[in-house]
Order: sequence, then structure tokens, then C-alpha cells
Amino acid sequence: MTGEPTTHADREDRMLLKIEQFRKRRPRLIDEHITLAHGAGGKSSAALVDAVFVEAFRNPELEQLGDGAVLTLPSQERLAFSTDSFVVQPLEFPGGTIGHLAVHGTVNDLAVSGARPQWLSAAFVIEEGFSIARLKAIVADMRSAADTAGVQIVTGDTKVVSRGAADGLYISTAGVGVIPAGRRLGADLVRAGDRVVLSGSLGAHGMAVMLARGDLAIEADIVSDTAPVHEMVEALLAAAPGTRWMRDATRGGLGTVCNELAQTADVGVILDERLLPVEPQVLGACDMLGIDPIYVANEGKFVAVVPPEEAEAAVAALRSHPLGDQAAVIGEVVATPSGMVALRTPFGGSRIVDMLVGDPLPRIC
Amino acid sequence: MKFVDEFRDPAAARALVKSITRLTGDDEFKFMEVCGGHTHTIYRHGIEHILPPGIELVHGPGCPVCVIPMGRVDDAMWLAEQPGVIFTTFGDMMRVPGSSGSLLDAKARGADVRFVYSPLDSLKVAVDNPDKHVVFFAVGFETTAPSTAVTLVRARQLGVTNFTVFCNHVTIVPPIKAILESPDLRLSGFLGPGHVSTVVGTRPYRFVPEVYGKPLVVAGFEPLDILATVHMLLQQIRDGRCEVENQYGRVVREEGNLAALKLLAETFELRPHFEWRGLGFISQSALKVNRNYAEFDAEEVFSMPGVRVADPKACQCGEVLKGVIKPWECKVFGTACTPETPIGTCMVSPEGACAAYYNFGRMHREAAQMVGESAGV
Repeated sequence: MTGEPTTHADREDRMLLKIEQFRKRRPRLIDEHITLAHGAGGKSSAALVDAVFVEAFRNPELEQLGDGAVLTLPSQERLAFSTDSFVVQPLEFPGGTIGHLAVHGTVNDLAVSGARPQWLSAAFVIEEGFSIARLKAIVADMRSAADTAGVQIVTGDTKVVSRGAADGLYISTAGVGVIPAGRRLGADLVRAGDRVVLSGSLGAHGMAVMLARGDLAIEADIVSDTAPVHEMVEALLAAAPGTRWMRDATRGGLGTVCNELAQTADVGVILDERLLPVEPQVLGACDMLGIDPIYVANEGKFVAVVPPEEAEAAVAALRSHPLGDQAAVIGEVVATPSGMVALRTPFGGSRIVDMLVGDPLPRIC
Repeated sequence: MKFVDEFRDPAAARALVKSITRLTGDDEFKFMEVCGGHTHTIYRHGIEHILPPGIELVHGPGCPVCVIPMGRVDDAMWLAEQPGVIFTTFGDMMRVPGSSGSLLDAKARGADVRFVYSPLDSLKVAVDNPDKHVVFFAVGFETTAPSTAVTLVRARQLGVTNFTVFCNHVTIVPPIKAILESPDLRLSGFLGPGHVSTVVGTRPYRFVPEVYGKPLVVAGFEPLDILATVHMLLQQIRDGRCEVENQYGRVVREEGNLAALKLLAETFELRPHFEWRGLGFISQSALKVNRNYAEFDAEEVFSMPGVRVADPKACQCGEVLKGVIKPWECKVFGTACTPETPIGTCMVSPEGACAAYYNFGRMHREAAQMVGESAGV
């Protein structure tokens, strides 16, 4: 290799460039069977949706791949329409039940699409032998969650399957909300210099459910954050009318949401680890299990991109809401490196935050 | 649970980095961290980029997932697919590819594969499912071997007859020796494994300075531990010393954990040789369930195929594990081999050098420094 002019660092840079180009390609579905990773909200989920569902149903509304579809009526009014299924185990956990989740999940998808949630449907798949008293309690939770969120459950469906064909109870909800005239959100509005705002602390829902399964032999006082975010969204949009984009940080957590932002808006996102609000008991449990709170699911938190001059007002508006006292600016949008999320560590170091791969399986030593 | 804060203090880190930079001067040093836990900490906290350019950290073979050869994964899948078997394993092992897919694929095809956090959980599965046979896929260094040993003893106490261990425990000293014997590597010293040393103590590493003339400092797993250890290694070199030191004194004792060592001696025996992914066969480098516990040894109870499978040609895990090449220098890194479609084991576990580099470190040095230094928002 005489006369090779390049240095080690040059070669590394060239290799990194090649890898980034490779990474920006759409994920390909190469599996022959469904694994749990296809449901975890990360790259495998994206590949499945792309190769199976979008391929079959292709239309402009679906191809936006937002939390909800935005539909324009002949009268020019716009609706947001969203659906979600709930298969959480256990059905009851500290801070809520599958009933709360089923309402909050769909309400939040509508809210971060910029809509005011109005109507929900609910479909139940119930395993033979399920206790009716327990079902009643869960449905009562749905009712109270709907009342709090100001939505009505206006249609539904019930199916019962034989014992063993389902794990207790699954619920699917769909929802419709009205988008106020003049309101527009979209990844195409995001600009370098914009601030990334998070509505509250990270990781409580995922860790609460994981610990509630009881097979970790860890006890910690962690309560799910499941809650409707529509009021906070309205407060934010009133205080920061220039808000560009919103997404709720559910499966795959903040890390996955920021990657979606970086890829769809073709920008870089730089987060500051010191500014990430995480409750100490959540952080402690995550550390023990080798899980990064940045990838843990939330059920009452959303990420918003706001113009820099409105960031302060946005955070103040969120903090004035009882559920938003931990709201903070957590990072900024940059032009390069585009398509990437990087995190500044408290040490002054930095690292990449990639999309979640597979379920967060624990490390072993 | 605030006990970790004092080990992540930015001001203390800055002071250490300053002192490390002074000790490094214009020289170049290559230190190997043996343990995968260290690799993970280094990338997760962005430590590589805050050290002076003269310090290179080389990622060693101490990730137990990364060193399991393909043939053993194939045997595990064969066991998992036997009728009536519940196969239990640590989460990371489920994604390690064998020659026809991983345990996750076996699970998707219908095998009863479950992940557990401890071998005792696996024994509980056996007690709860008396009509099934439960196999535990034991991997790991001396760190996890004692919990497998405790489980074997407990299984006997309970009189359990439907539980076996597929033992792949390995020992830490032979691969360090193999690396020191490797002609293509010039190291300045070692960050010694922390958790393994809580069991074996610090004495087994004495051959590193005494025979091979390299300093070794046993290190903890918090980011400040890593910096303090690099500092101690440099200080030894500048003082003209060469010895085993212990940075992780809050956990590691010189003599190790005698009760655990005694238990290991009762339940395991050394294998004459064992294949390591990428490193080949290393003599006396792994543990087998000893004959007193043969009824719990899956290798005695089942007749596994036990076929040796060569590593995929394209994969350079061996060179990465020995620190001869950096992860990005591997021919398939980041393109054919990524965390979602790993070819080599180094890409599977978050502690594997390739996965850590891909997930956290894949950034130009300058860009990384810019991100780290920017004033914040």
C-alpha cells in the first residue's frame, strides 16, 4: 500500500459516510416470521409497516405515516383520524389500567396531530373465562379517562375467543378529532435552530409495567404516566403558535421519536443529557436493568419542535399545567449531521442515539 | 438510588481529563479494556472523544455473548426445538445468530424460548412446569458462573429432575494470555475487568506485569472509574512501575470471593479446551458442569449435534475481539452487519465492540467534539 495518501481518520470518515448512506435507505423486511421486534416500534416495525401495510394500502394520507391521518372534508374542514390497539400485560399496573391506556393512547395521537379529540370507538377481544367484574372495572376506567379527556365513546364491538386464544383482554380504539382552521404542523416546517421541547419526565410508563410483571424482583415506587395530553398541547400551541411538529413518545421512547424527526425532516437533532428529565427511581431501575430511559415507553409525554424565540413561552405554558411541571427544552435542531440524533453527555462527551433495535432486552453483565 | 451521581460528576471528569492529557504528552498509548461492560460505558458516555488523541482504547474479548461460537448457538437451537423443552436464556443470547437463524427465530417458529434474568428464575420455571424439561443456557465469565453454581446446588436440594444447564461459562485469564501472545498487537496496558474480579480477585492477573511487562488496573464501570483507571495506568508508566492495581476497591478484594470460588470448584470442572468466537480454541478456558452434577448437565442428558461451524467468512469478529482492527475496519461493518441483522456476535450484545460503536460512537471525531463542547441550549 505504498503511496496511500489517506490517514486512518480519513478512512474512518469515508467509512462512516458510507454507513450513513446505507442507513438512510428504507428498512427492508427480510424476516420470514413475525418476531416481537416487529411490534417494538423500532426499525423492524418500520420495515414491516413499509413492506406489508403501506405496500398494500398505498394512498397519500397513509404515506404520511403520522400518528393519525389528516383528512380534509368537502367543506374544507380537517379531521384527524387515528387507531391503536392495546395488549399491555399486566392489565392493571401502578398508575392505570389497559382501560386508561386505550383512551389516552388514541386521544394523544389525535392531540399531537393538532386536533381536538372528539369521538372514540372501542373494540374488545376477550378471552373465554375473563371475569366480568374485572371487565366492568376496566370499562369504568375507560369512561373516566374519556370524561377527563372530553371525548365520547360512540361505537364499539365485542368478540370472545376460546380460552388460550388471547391473553385475557385486548382493546382497540379509534378516534376522530377536529383540527382548528389555520393550524398546520409538519416535519417540512422544521428548521435548523429550532428547539426540541419535552412535556415531562421520561420512562415512567415502561418501567412501571415492567416492574408490575413481577419477574424482576425489583421493587421501586414507579407509577405509570398514562394521561391525556390534549390540554397541554392546546396550552403549548396557544403560547407557541409557531410550533412546527409534535409526536407523542410512546413505544420506542424519546430516542425513536427524535430519529423519526431527524429522518422525516432531514435535519440533525442534538439532545443534552443533562436537560433530560428522568425521575431518580426510574433512572435507578433502568441502570440496574441496563436499559436506556431514552428508549422506554411513555404514555403521557410528547415532543414538540418550536422556533427558538417561542421556546421559553412553550416551556412556561407546559409547566403551568399540573402534568407538565418537568417540561423542558432538551435539545436543538441542526442542519448537519442530517438524519442523525446525537446526545451531549454531562461529561462533555457525545454519542449517537439510534433507533431502537428489537425490544430492550437486558444486558447480562 | 442516587448512589451513582458521584461517579458521573462532570467537574471531576474535567480535572481527570486535564491530568490525563498532561501525563500523555506527545506520546501514544493503546490500552485494552477487557470487559464488555467497560466498552459500553466508554461509548455510552462518549469517553473516547474527550480523551486526548494520543490515548487509544482497544476493545477486548470480555463480552460473554460475543465469544460464543456458532456451533454452540446451533446446539442451543437444537435443544430449544426438542419436544417438551422450555429453553431459558439471558435476553442478549436470543439474538445471536447460529448457522440457521437465532433463538428469536426458533421462538417465532414455535419453540418455547423464554428469557430470564437469573438461572434461579429458570429453575423456578422447571418447578412450575413439572411436565416439561427446562434447559438453562449458561453463558458468562466468573461473574455469572457462581449464580449458575448456586442454581445447581439448589436444584439438587429441591430434588428437581426436569432441569439441566447447557454450560458455556468461560474464564477470563486464558483469553488475556492469548491476546498477550498475539503477535500483531502492541498494547501499553490493560483496564482489568471489574465484576469478574469481585469473584476471582486481583491475584490471577499478576502474570500480566510479571511475565508480559504490562500494567493492569482493575476498573469500575462508571465513567469516572474509566477515566481514573486510564490515569492510574499512565501514572504507572510515567513512574516506571508495572504492576496490578485496583481502582475498583469499593467492590473488588485482592483475594476475591472465596465462598464463590469454592462453590465453582464444587460444581464445575475445567474443559481441556473450548472454542472462542474469532479466537479459536483456547485450552482450559471454559467450565463444564462437573461429574457430581452430571444429571443437571444438558451435554450429558441430551445428545446434541455438537457440530463445529466455521465463522462466516466475511465476519472479522476475531480481529475485532483481539483489538487488531477497529469495528469500522471490518469489511461488513455497518452495511451487511448491523444491530438488526448481525452477522457477527460483536454486533449483537450492547456490550459488543461493534454494536457499541454502531449505536453510540458512529460519528466523526470532529463532529463528536463539536457536539460535546457546544454551549448547550
